[in-house]
Amino acid sequence: METNQHSILLSLQPGRHDGDGQRVAADAARHLGLATGQVRSAALYAVRYPGLTEKQLADFAAACLQDPVLHTVAIDQVAAPEGFNSYILVAKGPGVTDDEGTSAQNALGDFLNEPIDTRTQHIFSKRLYFVENELPAADLRRLAEELLGNKLINRFEVGAVADGIRDFTPRPGGGADARTETVALGGLSDEQLLQLSKDNVYALNLPEMQAIRDYFGQDSVREQRQGLGLPADPTDCEMEILAQTWSEHCKHKEFSAVIKYKNHETGAEEEIDGLFKTFIKGATSEVDRQLRANGNDWLIKVFSDNAGAVRINPESLFVWKVETHNSPSAIDPYGGAITGILGNNRDPLATGIGGARLLFNTNVLCFGNPDYDGELLTGQLHPRRIFEGVRKGIEDGGNKSGVPTVNGAIVFDDRYRGKPLVYCGTGAVMPMQLAGKDSWEKVILPGDRIIMAGGRVGKDGIHGATFSSIELDEAAPATAVQIGSPITQKLAMDFLLLATRRGLIRCSTDNGAGGLSSSIGELATISGGAVVELEKVPLKYPGLRPWEIFLSESQERFTLAVEPGKLDELLALGREMEVELTDIGYFTGEGSLDVKFDNQPIAGLSLEFLHDGVPRKTLLAEYVKPAAQEPALPAELDYNDALLKLLGSLNICSRESVIRQYDHEVKGRTVVKPLMGATGQAPQDAAVVRFNFESWEGVAVSNGILPRLGDLDAYHMSAGSFDEAVRQIISVGGKLPNLTPGDGNFWSVNDNFCVPDSVYDPTTNPDGKQKLAKLVQMCQALRDACAAYCIPLTSGKDSMKNDFKADGVKISVPPTVLYSMTAKVEDVRQVVTSDFKQSDDVIYLLGETHDELGGSEFYQLYNELGANVPKVDFAKAKELYTLVGAANDQQLIQSSHDLSDGGLAVALAECTFGREGLGARIELAENGLSPVAQLFSESHSRFVVTVAPEDVTAFESILQGRATRLGVVTSDGQLHVQHGGRELLSAATHALRTAWTNGPVNQTIGLEASEIAKS
Amino acid sequence: MTDTLIQAPKALILTGFGINCEEEMAAAYRLAGGEATIVHLNEVLHGRVSIHDFDILNFPGGFSFGDDLGSGVVLANKLRYRQTGADGRTLLADIREFVAAGKFVLGICNGFQVLVKLGLLPNLGGDFQPEVTLTHNASGRYEDRWVRLRVNPGTKVPTPFLSGLTFFDVPVRHGEGRLVVPDAATRERISALGLNCLSYADGDDQETGTYPLNPNGADLNCAGLTDPTGHIFGLMPHPEAYLAGCNHPDWGLKKRRGELKEEGEGLAIFKNIVTHLTRRTQEASAPATHA
Repeated sequence: METNQHSILLSLQPGRHDGDGQRVAADAARHLGLATGQVRSAALYAVRYPGLTEKQLADFAAACLQDPVLHTVAIDQVAAPEGFNSYILVAKGPGVTDDEGTSAQNALGDFLNEPIDTRTQHIFSKRLYFVENELPAADLRRLAEELLGNKLINRFEVGAVADGIRDFTPRPGGGADARTETVALGGLSDEQLLQLSKDNVYALNLPEMQAIRDYFGQDSVREQRQGLGLPADPTDCEMEILAQTWSEHCKHKEFSAVIKYKNHETGAEEEIDGLFKTFIKGATSEVDRQLRANGNDWLIKVFSDNAGAVRINPESLFVWKVETHNSPSAIDPYGGAITGILGNNRDPLATGIGGARLLFNTNVLCFGNPDYDGELLTGQLHPRRIFEGVRKGIEDGGNKSGVPTVNGAIVFDDRYRGKPLVYCGTGAVMPMQLAGKDSWEKVILPGDRIIMAGGRVGKDGIHGATFSSIELDEAAPATAVQIGSPITQKLAMDFLLLATRRGLIRCSTDNGAGGLSSSIGELATISGGAVVELEKVPLKYPGLRPWEIFLSESQERFTLAVEPGKLDELLALGREMEVELTDIGYFTGEGSLDVKFDNQPIAGLSLEFLHDGVPRKTLLAEYVKPAAQEPALPAELDYNDALLKLLGSLNICSRESVIRQYDHEVKGRTVVKPLMGATGQAPQDAAVVRFNFESWEGVAVSNGILPRLGDLDAYHMSAGSFDEAVRQIISVGGKLPNLTPGDGNFWSVNDNFCVPDSVYDPTTNPDGKQKLAKLVQMCQALRDACAAYCIPLTSGKDSMKNDFKADGVKISVPPTVLYSMTAKVEDVRQVVTSDFKQSDDVIYLLGETHDELGGSEFYQLYNELGANVPKVDFAKAKELYTLVGAANDQQLIQSSHDLSDGGLAVALAECTFGREGLGARIELAENGLSPVAQLFSESHSRFVVTVAPEDVTAFESILQGRATRLGVVTSDGQLHVQHGGRELLSAATHALRTAWTNGPVNQTIGLEASEIAKS
Repeated sequence: MTDTLIQAPKALILTGFGINCEEEMAAAYRLAGGEATIVHLNEVLHGRVSIHDFDILNFPGGFSFGDDLGSGVVLANKLRYRQTGADGRTLLADIREFVAAGKFVLGICNGFQVLVKLGLLPNLGGDFQPEVTLTHNASGRYEDRWVRLRVNPGTKVPTPFLSGLTFFDVPVRHGEGRLVVPDAATRERISALGLNCLSYADGDDQETGTYPLNPNGADLNCAGLTDPTGHIFGLMPHPEAYLAGCNHPDWGLKKRRGELKEEGEGLAIFKNIVTHLTRRTQEASAPATHA
């Protein structure tokens, strides 16, 4: 051991409960089939702080690290407890964020009363596990890699205790590396250009590479570059800036492409002038026109900033953003999810001037079956690991930031086993005015300083933007992994809140994909240029080349534009709040992005070429309707058995074990939580959150996602997903927008498309035209839905390459779209929850059921898809939602649950889950529709509601023919369903809830045994 | 004049470094009729704000310093060791004086963990040394769920925060809320004084060790502690997250029955201390006829 490095080992005292160790032993047996015997966990720290005496070290360990009730401490002595024969050391790789080490440094600084530069690492945290059984190294390594860490970010040492315990402490970085190289493009053949793009992960295609080559070949450009002292060919930094700016992730080239679309079903042929322009922006412009014509002018900012903004009231704005973080979550589920959330949080935080207050998070996740037992490809993680890692990332990302995770959804389909989908959404509130300025506007003047705020820069996350724009394969770069630090971001967030209110910031943006290159490149378009002095950027460790500094996606950073006159006050506030701020250059009006390192120019790109030089793509889409037929099912059906199976099925069963590990009520404003009722087990439709403690205004939040229906019809899948999110908000008591002039009832929707590679290639993607045709149809449905309900889109994202390729196999996600909706709630005390409240309340079905079992969970029980896809009748749906709003105005509805997966039968069962002993007696209509269709069809735009007996007349006079009386709530704890005098279903609601609670999700994540038994 | 305007009790609410329940805690005091000021911890450490200008010092919930070395550890360490001036004074010394002056300290969740790690609770020995600890839940997991609490009727010096309360519902949201008392002797002393002023209760309002009613497996089924003077109070659950009746997970039923109140049960704790301090000030300013 080096003389200036010491170790501190914290072990639990004998007899203390070691939950971590127990869990490792249990998981090893359960998931890996390894018998470990007992496992003991311990914390190990390496301290490399110069000048620390032995006494200071020992005192620090005893006073700051040790919990005297729990731990024993050993200094410079790492020994296994008696009877433990193997060990696993889990350390972090060089340069990997180590929050625990940083906190220990904070503690050391306090203890010594010395200012310690906590941004340089002196203390390194590790975990040490002692295993009772003597296991072969290969098993220990498996345990380490599968359960304890990720080899992309951790370093493991394993072995027999008898052979000595090997330690590892990272030693990041090398010497400074200021090299900037030139990338020769002139005279390269097409093949060479493509090879160059592939070798450097530029993710640029041939026309794009050609456009760059041709640009640098122009005489005028050559002359200009000579004047600036730049080589004729682009520098590595310039190529990286172009690749990042032109990436699919940043430029949305496929959503902007010209599409030649042919529908072989209808014979229609058309040329679409960009999906985004035609369907998304087009729909919102039309909606905005209708809104304004009716005196509703709450749509403030759409598609032009980090998040969309709508007006809540004259004082405040609601800011809303949903994004995906799929590729990073596939290779490092925990890191991918946590950086997904923290990154998405930065979008509303850095909208307009910046400094919005975060109100809530929501997450929608798509995974493969956690019990998948097929082969795994090289580099592919098991779906259960992805699920558990992502779940943990969301827990830490939300909980540690103090942002409640108020709802979400988890969808399982084995086609997500290659690339999971991780959708992160964040709602926030911003004052309309910040220090006298319109908060949503981004203003920058030439001469304003460029300030980087937050974390330092390392090699983490280099190439994230380009990496997410290509298919994932076994050679995924390790540097694409990012590690989040919620505490760093929390400090930056607190700082931003104060600084914006004091008027110290002109505007802000987030450093996400593409790092400084992206954030400064975009902000520069406001003033008309920027000069960046890269040597000033603070680094986590030396050894980064200039282009790496510019492109790094190290997390928890904001770029701020600051008036020179306010700089001193801003820097002082940063020091006070312990947020590192660095002046790294200034904005100009010169029309170019100029990057220097130690005064040497390393990039000089015209903003025009950078942002508008990318060639537009033309893509081909051809739709052939897939063959589908209704299945022949057995004549006799055991309805009880079918309902029990549905409740215990992967896509319907309880998510309680996941939900409870998310803090869904920090901030004290959550009114409708994911699970409610006396049991805390009644699932709800939309979340409802108050804005503040001074008024009862709030917002309802919902998600619509139905990927399986896309196997039958992409248009109706998209329309149905949209309707699902709308009806969830209607169900809790929200109202459609624009029903009355100037009602101010805002809606704000984000669309997030996640599709497989949809660019046709005869060899690598032969069905690309069909995939793109599906995307076209999804967009057509979106436009129709927005127009029908008069609901605007305010922001969104498209993720176009959700394929995992390895060993010659490609796993592609089904075309998926998520609609994340928010709508104003005038008074949160008037909203409606889903669970039945008391016996004798009358149960109604609202809306119409059709023979639409295609894609249903019921057919899934038979491994059938069927043909009759549920279709939305927008006009009828809108009429019903308006009537429901009228009934809610009079507070006539006691409970309301929207019908979705599993249809009426599942909805009725879920409505009884809120309290022990409730049941329902139901008589299905004799209307020509089969009982199977009535109970299990997943027709859209329907609700199960209850009404107090005394309100029945008033309720029926409003709903008229749209409400069908089904029966009454009972107190016998039984769900009875009859049809034509025949009893179809008779089950104890307690047994139904048990089947739902003991489903595969809670089994995977693990509720306590006592809880499962109890329910 | 006896009816001079009595100044509302002043609550200082610390924030920064990962504390994240400061807004609802401030709202709680305001709704209770107190005056609430949210202050970044560094403003106190750097001497720009003095805790002595306030009546109640509050440590809200959150994840101070990410809970990296154990919940509340780094923050407690900062209060114990970081010198706030050239004279070598620490904030802990200020807190001692603050309490000695008859003022009040409240810690919720992460704030409770700070008070325990700092030795302010239970403080049997009176010397602010850690005597018990809060550590990982028996379930090994962070959980957000609602629990029922029972107020210990046997507390020798009841804390005014809990005046008049017997049972109430609140959410817990923590991963490290299991109270561990190191030995039987300490356990007996805590019980004898009734410093375990709050315990987890079951449907029959009996104290319980059964998960999930007792969500973390705490010794003594304890959810909250007071010090022997009743001036320092801390609890794992979050009363400040139940300020409105419609925060409760079963508020729908209460509404159906016409029993839904606008105020949540958690607000009572803040009203109690505000009332207590207001009355004390009134008594102090009233003519000393019965002195």
